Amino acid sequence: MTMDNATIWTILAGAVLTYLTRVGGHLVLSRFERIHPRIEAGLDAVPAAVLTTIVAPAAFNGGIAELSALAVAGIAAWRGMGMFGVFFAGGAVLLALRHWVGV
Amino acid sequence: MVDNVENRWREFAAGAKTALPVVTTILPFGILFGALAISNGVSVGETVLLSALIFAGASQMVGLELFGQNVAPWLIVLSIFAVNFRHVLYSAAIGRKITHWGPAKMAFGLFFLTDPQFAEAEKRHAAGIPVTFVWYCGMALSLYVTFVLLTWAGVVFGLLISNPQSLGLDFLVPIYFLALVMAFRTRSLWFPVVAASSIASILAYETIGSPWHVSLGAIAGVVVAVIAPQKQASNDHG
Repeated sequence: MTMDNATIWTILAGAVLTYLTRVGGHLVLSRFERIHPRIEAGLDAVPAAVLTTIVAPAAFNGGIAELSALAVAGIAAWRGMGMFGVFFAGGAVLLALRHWVGV
Repeated sequence: MVDNVENRWREFAAGAKTALPVVTTILPFGILFGALAISNGVSVGETVLLSALIFAGASQMVGLELFGQNVAPWLIVLSIFAVNFRHVLYSAAIGRKITHWGPAKMAFGLFFLTDPQFAEAEKRHAAGIPVTFVWYCGMALSLYVTFVLLTWAGVVFGLLISNPQSLGLDFLVPIYFLALVMAFRTRSLWFPVVAASSIASILAYETIGSPWHVSLGAIAGVVVAVIAPQKQASNDHG
């Protein structure tokens, strides 16, 4: 295993900053006794807002196979299917279209 | 309350079980890390160190890509920070639900605050099940060990899988995140938030480029929630 010094320091600095993002949000917010309802609404929106940003560009740049897979997975999730079911449905559509239809 | 050894194990196992479907989404990361590390001349040790210390897949891909491009180190660090900035929001949201752990356990647990960890903890809290330290560790440690091992395997065997696309592995990550987005559909303002984040993230992705679509898209969704008219914005946590 070879390791380059500059690379190691870059990784360490990235690790420290990443840890700060993971404790920082709580450390800053816990200083306030009451949380404004608008801040609360904003925090409530965080998971959907962040997770959407990973899906939307992938869907936008996807072909028919990718879009169909997302649509089927989305409907499966909407109907309350568990994570494995959603995976299986989406993955099956994706592979089928890529392999046999070639889109 | 969890008060005996058997219950603790049951909690830990429940956490590990939550991690199971997530493990399939880590698989593509291992393979992609392998491919990126090899093409950018990053060693096995360095790639494993990235996973072990940073434990945030998307930012590590950005880091690996930049290592091969003669980019100034501070710019690489800044890019990793930018991709991971969303954790500030996760930390603020989940932190106040786990203060009963005490500072030491929180300091330890928050190191493992990844996208799926946050989403599953929020889901658990929304369902009225307490987010215990033992459950959290059951999920977090399962993911961590798998992630580090897969990173190592990904670089070592990186050249063996010539075409991850043929296995559909490249698209498992968006499918997984879509399912998580759907899990929050009963929250107030879900639709306007998702719509705003979608538009903003696509625009940012197409103009400024990755990784900024994550931060900018998320900010757009949160801003919509903050400025939206408040009817019953905070009585629904699920």
